[in-house]
Amino acid sequence: MAKEDYELVVGLEVHAELSTKTKIFCSCPTDFGAEPNTHICPVCTAMPGALPVLNEKVVEYAVKAGLATNCSISKDSKNDRKNYFYPDTPKAYQISQFDKPLCENGYIEIEDDFGNPKKIRILRIHIEDDAGKLNHNEFSGGSLVDLNRAGVPLIEIVSEPDIRSSLEADRYLKKLKSILQYIDVSDCKMQEGSLRADVNVSVHKKGEPFGTRCEMKNMNSFKSIQRAIDYEKDRQIYEVEHGNVITQETLRWDDMDGRTYQMRDKEDAQDYRYFPEPDLVAIRLSNEYIEKIRAELPEMPESRKARYMAELGLSEKDANSLTSSKTFSGLFEKAGEICKNYKAVCNWLNSDISRILNEKELEPEQIPFTAEHLASLVKLIDDGTISSSIGKKVLDELFENPRDPKTIVEEKGWVQISDANAIKDVVLKILEANPQSVADFKAGKDRALGFLVGQAMKETKGKANPKMLNELFLEELKK
Amino acid sequence: MDLTELTVHELQKKLKNKEVTSYEITKAYLDRINEKENEVGAFVTVTETEALADAKKADDEINNTNDNMGNNNLVGIPIGIKDNLCTKGIKTTCSSKMLEDFVSPYNATVVEKVLDEKMPILGKLNMDEFAMGSSTENSAIKVTHNPWDLNKVPGGSSGGSAAAVATNMVPWALGSDTGGSIRQPASLCGVVGLKPTYGLVSRYGLVAFASSLDQVGPITKDVTDCAMLLNVIAGHDEKDSTSYDTPKIDYTTSLKNDVKELKIGVPKEFFGDGIDKEVKDKLYEAIEVYKELGATVEECSLNVAEYALATYYIIACAEASSNLGRFDGIRYGHRTTNFSSLKELYTNSRTEGFGDEVKRRIILGTYVLSSGYYDAYYKKAQKVRTFVKQKFDEQFKKYDVLLTPVSPTTAFKIGEKKENPLQMYLADICTVSINIASIPAISLPCGVDSNGMPIGMQLIGDRFAEETILNAAYTFEQKIKFRENYKPTFKK
Repeated sequence: MAKEDYELVVGLEVHAELSTKTKIFCSCPTDFGAEPNTHICPVCTAMPGALPVLNEKVVEYAVKAGLATNCSISKDSKNDRKNYFYPDTPKAYQISQFDKPLCENGYIEIEDDFGNPKKIRILRIHIEDDAGKLNHNEFSGGSLVDLNRAGVPLIEIVSEPDIRSSLEADRYLKKLKSILQYIDVSDCKMQEGSLRADVNVSVHKKGEPFGTRCEMKNMNSFKSIQRAIDYEKDRQIYEVEHGNVITQETLRWDDMDGRTYQMRDKEDAQDYRYFPEPDLVAIRLSNEYIEKIRAELPEMPESRKARYMAELGLSEKDANSLTSSKTFSGLFEKAGEICKNYKAVCNWLNSDISRILNEKELEPEQIPFTAEHLASLVKLIDDGTISSSIGKKVLDELFENPRDPKTIVEEKGWVQISDANAIKDVVLKILEANPQSVADFKAGKDRALGFLVGQAMKETKGKANPKMLNELFLEELKK
Repeated sequence: MDLTELTVHELQKKLKNKEVTSYEITKAYLDRINEKENEVGAFVTVTETEALADAKKADDEINNTNDNMGNNNLVGIPIGIKDNLCTKGIKTTCSSKMLEDFVSPYNATVVEKVLDEKMPILGKLNMDEFAMGSSTENSAIKVTHNPWDLNKVPGGSSGGSAAAVATNMVPWALGSDTGGSIRQPASLCGVVGLKPTYGLVSRYGLVAFASSLDQVGPITKDVTDCAMLLNVIAGHDEKDSTSYDTPKIDYTTSLKNDVKELKIGVPKEFFGDGIDKEVKDKLYEAIEVYKELGATVEECSLNVAEYALATYYIIACAEASSNLGRFDGIRYGHRTTNFSSLKELYTNSRTEGFGDEVKRRIILGTYVLSSGYYDAYYKKAQKVRTFVKQKFDEQFKKYDVLLTPVSPTTAFKIGEKKENPLQMYLADICTVSINIASIPAISLPCGVDSNGMPIGMQLIGDRFAEETILNAAYTFEQKIKFRENYKPTFKK
């Protein structure tokens, strides 16, 4: 059978670190990047006798995430212990939620491969503590345990197996990330590990029941998640086509090799011996509590998108890309408000800024300049101080060494020449140096004008006002 | 006058009247420890230097505060601490090889409270390893002997605490009770022990055995001291989510020496075949005492003990198997030198560090939580737990207090039950249901058997009814005056 005869089924388990100031069961700070084992206490290092106390902010953030993803919030929830031995897990159990998660039965809306709206259902969202980190020492061969991350709060967001392509998976993740950023519960930095996704993949022949799924771990970017899904889809189809049976196993994605390796098979499947955490009491939430959080939720991407289209006249495509990231949308609104040219800000964000981010492999939240800078750039073009081609150079400069574009333009001497006499001098000089083009133009070849303007731009290092150049060339040529 | 013969409330009066100093009291107890510890073996660690230094500080404070010492002031009264309560700077071993050299970086909340009162800590007291046992024979550190007969066990797991109080090596002590670990050794050593309502006392810093059952409580010479020590340790702790925010009570005010309004239920099932006849007879005498004192006493039916014992060993082992996972040789505690992989590091550290009983319970607990067995054991045990609670609730609609034995027998010989875990588990038959039901119970001596060994009586109250059982115990104690009539003989 051909590849097209198979259907891919993907479910995602996303772990997002919550951006609370303190850990989930103690008051240690959650900041990333501190010296090893400096954000620790008897509770998060599991000293004998230490007890957890649930951080109420964690519940609040998780409820926010649940409401923003259309989940129903459980008024009677609890914590459970998930028991296993590993040096990064000092208690020898993770405090998670087993049969009574905080949020259930939600969904996120995305577009499928053909641009049609599609709901990806969310099975559950639960809270749990993160593990520490093992730093493997290449020289001694030993491992050092850093427990700064142990006890950082996580939510695990488990989707239903509703995803049918790697593109859908990518869109789901990007949408989820933007939602979590919008409601300010996670910074979702994949590079710092504050957003991580495990992927369950299976294939089956169309019209037949779902196949056996494999779980993939160790993907460090959205791109590698897409690659891993595509790889695993092909691998499973190949196996089935060759009469082999897919067995349930956990696979490790190797980004360098572009393939998966087996981590453990079903026989190694751990028995986590879940049981209710006796050190904590049930999590009981009132209607008032839930409704208060609902009322305080900020505007979600969907409604921002609608507003951009209705009030600012943006196209759906533009509105979509702006709202895909909270940073973009934030820059757009703030810069637009300052310079009053929303359309121009939108164009900068969706074309040149997006392109540079792609080239530099940066996330929107890593943009080094401010909305004020962007607004100032737009204003400089609008008032004729610089041309739009100089504007691109200013943007490059903003990425390299962010400061007020006005200062950049002055420092670099990039101010546009709009003095009619100065421009006329240039025009005359170019006309004199290019008699053939003048002849061509007079013979009816309009294209010659473009060439002459280009030469003039070159002469002025792009600083001449292009509109004035055009006008003056025409004036002279028609003499 | 031997200061160590006195109760805390007697010592407190003398301190208040400046008849003695904290230093003199503390020194007297340390001398007593030097004299008797070899025979009894109650201590894992004696903190002589620290205790004397703290006593001097307490004396300074007493001298500086002039005459303003209130009745509840315990400045300068020394105390002993069970070795599963974390003490900053002093080893906390849980009587286990696993924690032989472990020094906690922080104090348990109850230890903080004791230190806030400026009470010198005399040392850390022996116990069954990780509080698992009923004879203190499971200690990896030493054997503790019963001061009434040195060939016999002091009970357990707080055997060191009970033996030290009975020997006058400490004026009082803190113990912990998961299934009878305060009450049973108190009974076997002829002293008073209280297991408070679950949640009345903070568990923060109590090395966890079974989190939903563990409770810290006093072991004292008499009921008044018991109420005084409960005053110190009771109260909400924001570090323990399972501790209750209850109004602050002065428990000594509940000691009214009057039981005329009291209705006592005597559940007949607690007086069955497994209970020694001498124990039963002494309790029947106690019932007559209560009747004489004007209490209403009725036989009632409460058929929970057997179910509670099975339930107890499932829940306690399940929680223990998880609680003891942190002893993995990675961050603290015993680490094997014999390993070449992570798995071996874990396996060998735990194999070498834990004793047989601890291993037995970890295995049992791991088993009952395993997938496929969870519903049949752990889940069912939780249901029975609810059932046991309901059965007690029914009784407390009719009675203020339930009266039962503490231990089926008086103290048994060292070594007698060590090789028979099931026999040993039966030693808890009268006490575990109280932990299962999360309610309070006090153990107090009501006489001795024909060998002169103390017999204990258990008074059980409803949740947070500590005042009721303390008064019932106090009134009985005032009548029979056990301490005046019987003393440990250190028989060899």
